[in-house]
Order: sequence, then structure tokens, then C-alpha cells
Amino acid sequence: MSYQGKKNIPKITSDRLLIKGGRIVNDDQSFHADIYMEDGLIKQIGDNLIVPGGVKVIEAQGKMVIPGGIDIHTHFQMPYRGTTTVDDFAQGSKAALAGGTTMVVDHVIPDPGNSLLEAYDQWRQWADEKACCDYSLHVDITHWSDSVQQELECLIKEKGVNSFQVYMAYKDYYQMTNSELYEVFTFLAERGGIAQVHAENGEIIAEEQARMLQMGITGPEGHVLSRPEELEAEAVFRAITIASQTNCPLYVTRVMSKSAADIISQARKKGNVVFGEPITASLGTDGTHYWSKNWAKAASFVTSPPLSPDPTTPDYLNTLLSSGDLSVTGSAHCTFSVAQKAIGKDDFTQIPEGVNGVEERMALIWDKAVTSGKMDENMFVAVTSTNAAKILNLYPRKGRIAVGSDADLVIWDTDSIRTITAKTHNSAAEYNIFEGMELRGAPLVVICQGKIVLEDGNLHATSGVGRFIPCSAFPDFAYKRVKARKQLAVLKAVPRGMYDGPVSEYSMSRGGTPSASARTSPTKQPVRNLHQSGFSLAGNPAACGPPAPDDIPIRPAGRRIVVPPGGRSNITSLS
Amino acid sequence: MSDCRREWNREDELPVYLAGPISTGPNQRKSFGMFSSVEGAFESKTIDFDNYAVGRQGSRTPRSGSRERLFDTRKPVGQTPTEAREETLTDSPRDGDDANTGVEVRTSSRDESPDGKNEKLLIKGGRVVNEDQSLYADVYIEDGIIKQVGENLVVPGGVKVIEADGRMVIPGGIDVNTCLMKPFLGIKPVDDFLQGTKAALAGGTTMIIDHVTPQPGDSLMEVFEHWQEAADKKACCDYSLHVDIPEWNETVKHELELLVEEKGINSFQVYMAYKDLYQMSDSQLYKAFSFLKHLGAVVLVHAENGDLIAQEQRKILGMGITGPEGHPLSRPEELEAEAAFRAITLSNRVNCPVYITKVMSKSAADTITQARRKGSLVFGEPISASLAADGSQYWSKNWAKAAAYVTSPPLSPDPTTPDHLHTLLACGDLQVVGSAHCAYSTSQKAIGKDDFTLIPEGTNGVEERMSIVWDKSVAMGKMDENQFVAVTSTNAAKIFNLYPRKGRIAVGSDADIVIWDPDSVKTISARLQQSASEYNIFEGLECCGGPALVLSQGRVVYEDGNLQAHPGTGRFIPRKPFPDFAYQRVKFRNQGKQGVTRGMYDGPVHDVACTPKYITPSPSARTSPTSNQPPPIRNLHQSNFSLSGAQADDNVPRRSGHRIVAPPGGRSNITSLG
Repeated sequence: MSYQGKKNIPKITSDRLLIKGGRIVNDDQSFHADIYMEDGLIKQIGDNLIVPGGVKVIEAQGKMVIPGGIDIHTHFQMPYRGTTTVDDFAQGSKAALAGGTTMVVDHVIPDPGNSLLEAYDQWRQWADEKACCDYSLHVDITHWSDSVQQELECLIKEKGVNSFQVYMAYKDYYQMTNSELYEVFTFLAERGGIAQVHAENGEIIAEEQARMLQMGITGPEGHVLSRPEELEAEAVFRAITIASQTNCPLYVTRVMSKSAADIISQARKKGNVVFGEPITASLGTDGTHYWSKNWAKAASFVTSPPLSPDPTTPDYLNTLLSSGDLSVTGSAHCTFSVAQKAIGKDDFTQIPEGVNGVEERMALIWDKAVTSGKMDENMFVAVTSTNAAKILNLYPRKGRIAVGSDADLVIWDTDSIRTITAKTHNSAAEYNIFEGMELRGAPLVVICQGKIVLEDGNLHATSGVGRFIPCSAFPDFAYKRVKARKQLAVLKAVPRGMYDGPVSEYSMSRGGTPSASARTSPTKQPVRNLHQSGFSLAGNPAACGPPAPDDIPIRPAGRRIVVPPGGRSNITSLS
Repeated sequence: MSDCRREWNREDELPVYLAGPISTGPNQRKSFGMFSSVEGAFESKTIDFDNYAVGRQGSRTPRSGSRERLFDTRKPVGQTPTEAREETLTDSPRDGDDANTGVEVRTSSRDESPDGKNEKLLIKGGRVVNEDQSLYADVYIEDGIIKQVGENLVVPGGVKVIEADGRMVIPGGIDVNTCLMKPFLGIKPVDDFLQGTKAALAGGTTMIIDHVTPQPGDSLMEVFEHWQEAADKKACCDYSLHVDIPEWNETVKHELELLVEEKGINSFQVYMAYKDLYQMSDSQLYKAFSFLKHLGAVVLVHAENGDLIAQEQRKILGMGITGPEGHPLSRPEELEAEAAFRAITLSNRVNCPVYITKVMSKSAADTITQARRKGSLVFGEPISASLAADGSQYWSKNWAKAAAYVTSPPLSPDPTTPDHLHTLLACGDLQVVGSAHCAYSTSQKAIGKDDFTLIPEGTNGVEERMSIVWDKSVAMGKMDENQFVAVTSTNAAKIFNLYPRKGRIAVGSDADIVIWDPDSVKTISARLQQSASEYNIFEGLECCGGPALVLSQGRVVYEDGNLQAHPGTGRFIPRKPFPDFAYQRVKFRNQGKQGVTRGMYDGPVHDVACTPKYITPSPSARTSPTSNQPPPIRNLHQSNFSLSGAQADDNVPRRSGHRIVAPPGGRSNITSLG
């Protein structure tokens, strides 16, 4: 690397950059080429580029140049019971950059009953002030009403949000019923949104929590005991069922257990449009630490769904990630200090939930999946960056090294070995759940918006430079199949003659599924339009009962009675 | 099935003026009844035709004439009794062409009581097939109990001898799922306990377990007694009862206790479907499962996601689909699989056995299979309908036919479903076969003629159940005869704690015995059935295998097509809780979890806002961890180190489950990191 003067690094790097001699790795192929960047965009890719003078040159020396990582799931500066997570947008995005992630997607969590738009504006304000890298937002739907629908409409059309999370857990707070989920999914499917779910069965959790507390289990181990992995798998199964009924693409956040991952991969094999997101924690560690004698340590692992106590889980999830059954990785970075976690020192249900992971995400996947031979470097790019960009409809602006894309690049050093410890990490938390883990692979140089933010181990992040990147609706990655299926899945009624036999007397007082529309009693015989039906009845008209004036709606518009080719079927005699 | 399909299509091709109700003309209508599904279907039924004034038209086909119109070429083995409307139901043996039926009854003394009751019976030369083995042996029966099993039995004189001629002698079938009195909008199924148990006996089933279906708000006990009273009057075979739980509250809990302890009920059904009627939320299910486990009862689950069904029904009706095809469209099989999965999850959490009634689809069956592989205590019950029919008939142009198939969960439109379910039944992943027999007449089904959600749900199957399993599983080579006995009888007896009184041919067991003829071929038709419904969803299906002789309580009730059932002879069989088959494993799994013993956390605690959010309300009222209380005197013996200063938790009583002990090797430092 060559500098023209140490003092004005930011100025020079902001303009023009040339990466020479790198191996560009996209999700589809790898090739050797130089990259020329200007004004935060990639302008040229190729050998022997013609570039203006005064360009800063970075010698990649054959190292991998990959698109910057996209962490699709973070909770920076998340308010929780009057306090906020210790990593705000500045601290959090700094940690992201240090780990090779150049874009984060944060979750906006409005309190139930509050306006989604207000919460969105609040998050935008916080992030615009502080974020050091580009960001985008998911909005969580914490309650369901007509006003929420209007706000969603506005968020999708005007505010650049295309993904919304709903909760199947947190009973009496965020949790939605199956009917509400159905309505949300239907709504999102019509408007091109991605339905994200926090998949856990909240009702059973509530019962189990009560039982655990009754048994005198109050420590963090109660968290995992009251949220066994089946409850996650069950909710995933249910979410997939609802999504497939409503023909809505589904995104399962935080896949933490083998059984949940299995359900997703089975559903994908059946053709469901579903994406699974394992997080750094589930890919790197397991839930045995909940039984640690050190309360603070055990509490630092508390997140929902919990880490699985099965120590083979991380390996298994990495395998499914490599095979493509799980699509993207997030970090669910949501850090609380030990003092904050200690809110729940006498009752595990009160422990604030969240683990770190935004900084470790890329290195961890490299170490666990690529160096172990499960995954190749292209797949690595896909799961850390490209797939996320595709789901958010940001591709190819993000997630790819191509002419015209944003200059968010990472020069990846495949051989460097780092030991993760809370002493050196960029997060403000006192604990790191990956403490002591040795990871092979690390970013050597990180370029964000065409500026070098990390080199030689020095971070030059600037607060407030992060831009909000709007996501548009109907991402092809998720919706192409959905659209095609919508055309196929038009249900049709069978045209039949009217049933003209006797009808039993019955009472509507009780029983029966209440039908949505008020309809006239089926026992009344409508006035028959003989032209419409094409045949006359031989029965006694007196038996048909008094004709009612409001009989017309009894024949719905969709149910045309026509003479079918080949003659009408006899509706009363048996085949 | 294919035959009837073809015949139907033929009619479709008729010119317009020949097809349709008008073209059939008054003459034809007279002979069939107005919408009589099958020619002659009303013969020998106890329907009160005066109720159906529209369809009566005066002249029905003479009974003798209906015989000649059988369209199947094979000779029917089971023949309908001619005069079933009489209450006595004793039929004179049919004369004629049953030379090859093979079972021969000879009585050494002619003093047989006129109602067929015989105190002493010997079945000679049969092959006794139990669930575990088959052996050649004679069976001696006295007073309705099997007294001896073996060769060369020493029996008293004057015994009626039945020559089995090497045929299979199997325990009578147990149909675990019938709904003979299930009310729907104030109407009852046309098959009551009389009609239904007659059909059961004709099919080789000697015991039924019926569902008591109270409505929300009813007293379970009263409805149960009502059921028992009706059954005691009418049932022709032994019976027991499941009780459905339509809602969850304290009264229900009390009544459940009474039912288990005093009435001999050990199985209760809960519903995950029928939103706003029977459906329970997950929390309620959890509570119900816990309570039923505590009582030692078997939890039956109707597994379908009712919330989604309600949404889908609204959608489908909104699209203008009002016919029976809306029924499967609004209840796709995923919803069944999802609910089965959820029910299994709940049962795993509660650690109680769960029994999924009416497994209708491949995916639900697969879900059960997978759960069993993981060790879950789950039983699956496919029914006659799902084992022999598929849901393609919902799209039939004949409304009455399509409506006849309406049941919940619906039959799967996938035609490979029956085959798949038989395979799972044969390998033991599904355990018992029920029938879910709930027969409504076409005019009752017609309540929903303009709205499929109002069609009463239920199909027939109690009579066809055993033959279907034999034909589709045993005759196809999927299953052996022992497994056949297991799925049709023994497993049911075990799950519901009737074994070995029922479900086995052994000394001391009830003499509910069937001599099974594996070679008889019968074409199922509504004309030949015992059920009072006009439709048979298996119409035209040829079934290999059928009962040649049926003994119920030691009496011959069915022989070569002649039914000699006696209403009121059926006894209520009480069942004890905690059946071993389901609960033995539960007992071993009932080990409590323990908390980790830690030192008390003594670091700083963040101040929290007073209004707790984001948390599940905990049941016990606990003091706020942050409130500072004056330090009580510490018992230093209890904790072996002293803490400096007042602790926030000093006021929290130490729970007995949370013992603080000195671990060997010293206590870990609870506040330092790492």
C-alpha cells in the first residue's frame, strides 16, 4: 500500500481507490482482477485498468476480495424496560466493520399499541446520527389492527422497508394468534413484503416458565429448560404452514436448533418459499453454558430461542448452511451489560435476552464452515452477503463486486488466526460468548462506501456516515416463485345443478362454524331463474317454501350454472 | 371405486335431456325415492320415510325386486336382512346359495333358545390368530367367557359345535372411533346405537368405543349419562365411551375426575379445530394435557389448525366456492400435519401419551412416524375412509355424492394416500384403525347445500373397516394376519386398557370372536349395508376377506350373512386409568429437573422501569429485586461465606428447591468474568 501523506488519509481515500492483484470472489465465481472505485462506487473491474493519477493503490497480493458482509439481523440501541442495549449504532457498526461487515439491517421494535411509523422515524434518527456503515431496517409488527395495516402500506411504499417480523412467542406482549398471522402474511404477500417470524410457541413457553419457577429453578438454566427446541421446531412448522397457505415468502429469524433447521430444510424440499437464518451464536456455540455455575456467564448466553444444549448443533447448522438449506446468516447482536442482565438474577424470565456476534460472524463462518471443508469461498460470500442482499432486494447494489455496485469490499485474509476475547472486541459488553475461541480467517482491509475503514488492524470508522438504504418490495429472490404460483393456484368451484332434495330441519342456535357473511337460511328455496339454470324442476312449487325477496344473494356470483358440454350431470341420483 | 366412477361418467355423457333430475322422470323417481343414492338403498333401513314427504311418492320398489337388481356379478356373501325395521331383528336364516361359506354349525341338542343365545359353544378346528402368534386350537366358550383353548378339549355334552375348518379365529374387532349420536345443529346421525352396532357386528367388529360429544356449556356428566342410557337400550355389542372436552374450566376438571374415578372412562378428546366452538388454545391444551396425565387418561386429539381453517373458509366462500370441494380446499392436509406436530410437541412437554384421531393424510402420518422415531408417546389412528378412499370425489358433479365424503380432517385428494397409510399401519407406525362412523342422510347433509361449512361431517365405515384392512393390507402382502389382529383389535384394547379382556383369544377373555374368511369377496354397496345412510363412500369397492361368523358375548350374532343382533345386549365396559401400554414409559420419564446450585449473584443490578414488559407474568407474587430492604440476620451456617453489605435479595425467601451447598472443590467465583 502506498500513501501520499499520513494526515489526509480520509480525504484521499474518499475519492479514488484501486485494489490491485486481488482475487475477486462473488457468490457465483472467483477470478483475478483489479478493482477501481470512485465516489463510493465500483467503476471498473479488469486487468490493466486505465485509471487517473493520484489514486491510492492497495496491493491485494492474490488475497481474496469479497463483497462486504451484510448482517441481516441486529438490535443496536434497542430500548428495553427503560434501558438500552450497550452497543448503540456507533459502537455496533464499528464492531461490524471490524469483523468485515459493511452493512447491517436493524430491527425496529415498536411497543405494542404504538405507531410503527413513529418507531421507524425514531430508529432512523438514531442510526443516521451514529451509524458508521450503511444500514437498512426491518420493522417488527407487534400488534395487528387496521391502523397498522395503513402504516405498513406506507412503510413499504414510501419508507423503503420490505421485511417485517412477527412474533409467535412472548405471550400477552408481542405474540400473535394464528388468525392474526394469517392476516399479516396475506397482507404482506399482496404487497410484496417478506414475513419474518420469531418462531417459538409462546403459550407453551408461558406454561413451562410457570412450572420451572414453581419447581424452584430460577437461574438461567430455566431459560433453556422452559424453551426446549421442540417448541421452536413446532412454531417453525406452523409458520411454514401458514405461509404456504397464504403463499407468502417466509423468513425464519434465529434458527437455533437442529430440529428447527430440519423442518426448514424439509419444507424447502417440498417447495415452500422459506429462508432460515442461523445466527453467529447458534453457529459457534451451544447451550451447555446455561448450566455454568457463574451466573453472569450463564446469563450472557440468554437469548430466544435459546442455544441448544446439544453440542453437535453448531456443526449441524454449518452443514445445512453449506448445503443451501439455510440461506443467510445474521448475528442477532443485542448486547446487555452484566448489570442489565442481573435484572433477572432471581427470575430467569426477567433476564434481558440477547447475545453478541456482529463482529465474529464472518470469521466464525469461515472457520467453522470453509476451513473445515464444508463450504467453498463462493458459498461463503453467498451466505454472508449475497443472499441477504437478494432477499432485501438490494442486489446487485450490495452483495456483489460488479461495476456499478457500492464499493463495500473486504480483503479477506484466510490464514490469520485470532483469539476472541472480550478484552479486545469492539462491542461495549463485558462478556463475549465466544470467549477464548480461536478463529482462522479475518478481514485484512475493509472498504466501506469507497473508504478504507480497517487496515493494519486499525479501525477508522466515522460516526454518522452510514446511509439508510431503502429496500423495495417484491424481491425477485423470494417473489418470482410466489408470483408464478399465484397464477396457478386459482381455485374454482365445481359447477353443479342445484341440490333439490329434502333438507333436514336443523337449528342454527349452536354449533357449526360461523360463516363470515350473513347469508339467508339455506332451507328457504330461492326463486329460480329458469333461464339461468337451464332446466325446470318437476317438483311441487308449493314445497319450495315462500319466496323471500332477499333470496338473490344465495347464488354467489362465482358460482355460475351453465350447461356443461356433454350434458348436465344428474345431481340427485348416484353414479 | 373405479367402477362406480366409470358408471358415473357414462351418465355424464348422456344428452342433456336425459341427464339431470328432470329427465329421470316421475317414474324413475318413484322407484328410487327422490334422491335415493342407490337403487334399493332404503330397503331394510329403519329410516322413517314419513319424515321425507317430498321424496316419498307412494310406491317403493318391492323388496323382493331389489335383490334382482344387484349389479355386481359376484355373489354377495353378506346379505341384508330382509326385515330390519322390526325391532326384534331376528332373521330367519337365508335359504339358498351359500354352499361354499365353509362354516358349519351343528348343534348336538336341538334346544337352542329362539334368540340364538347359547350358553356353551365349541369352535373346532380353527386356527386361533392372536396378535403374537397363530396356532391350531379349539376354543370352548361358556357364559360369554372363553373357558378353554387347546386341542382335544374335554367339554360337557350338549355343546353347540362350530366347525371352523381351519379358518382363522380372531378376536373380534374393536372400533375405537364411532360417533353414533353426535349432534350437529340439532340433528343426530341416522345410525344410532342400534343401527351402528348392527353394522359393526356385520363387519366383524364386536366392540365399539363411541364419542360422547357434549356442547360447550353442557355438563359432561349429564351428557355421558344420556349416552350411556341410549346405548344400554340399543347397543347390540359391548361398548365403551370416549368423552370429548368441548371447553376448559374448573367444572370440567371436576367432572373429568368423576368420570375417571367413578364412571370408568379413561380417554378424552380435545379439539384443535372448530374455532369458537370446541377449539382450545395451546395454553388450554397444555393445561388439559397436564390434568389428564395426572388422571392417567389417554388424550385424544382432533388435530387440525382451526384458526387457519376459519380463515380459509372465509376466503373460499368469498371466492364463491360453496360446494363440498370447498371443504378440502379450506382444510389442506398441511393444517392437519401442523396440528399433529403441535399436539405431539405439547404432549412431549407435558410428558403424556397422545392419540391422534383420524389420520387422514400422508403428511400427518409422516409427522407421527417421525415423532415416534424420536421417542414420543404418540398413537395414530387412520380410519376406514382414509384407508380406502381419497378426496377426489369432493369434485364430483353429484352434490349428494360429494357431500357424502365430507368429514374432518378431509380425505386427502392425493390418491396414493390410502396405500401410504396402509404401509405405515403394517410397519407399526400407526397403531389402530377406527372408522369414525358418523352417518348422516343426504337430506341432513343438504343442510350445507349452499355453504359447505354447514355440511354435517362424517362418513360411514364401521362395517367395512376390517374388510378394508384385510383387503388392502393383508391380501396385498403388506401385513401378516397377526398384525391384522393387532391393528383391528389388540392395540386398541391395550391403549384403552381393555386388554386382555378384549383383543385376545385366551382363557378368561370375553368370547368376542370372529371366524374370518380370507377368501370371501364382497362388493360394498349401500344396498347391502346395515347402515341407514343412503350413501356408502366405498360404493363398488371389492373387498377380499370378511367375517364368516361373529360371536359377541358368546352368542352367534352373525353367520353367513344373517345378522341376529339383539338390541340392549351390549354392555358398557368400564376402563381403568393408567393403561400400561401408554403410561408405563411415562412413569419412567417422570423425573423432575433440577436447578443449578450457584452462589448468589452479588454484582450490580441495573435499575429497571417499574412496569414490566416483555416478560411472562410469573405465577407467584415476588418482591421487586431492586427494592432495598433492611438486612435480616444472616444465617451464616446456611451459606458458608459472608457477603459484604446488604443484599437486594435478602428479603427473598430461599426456596427449598434452591439449596445452597458448598460444592466439592470450592465455590466458583460468581462475579468475575470468564
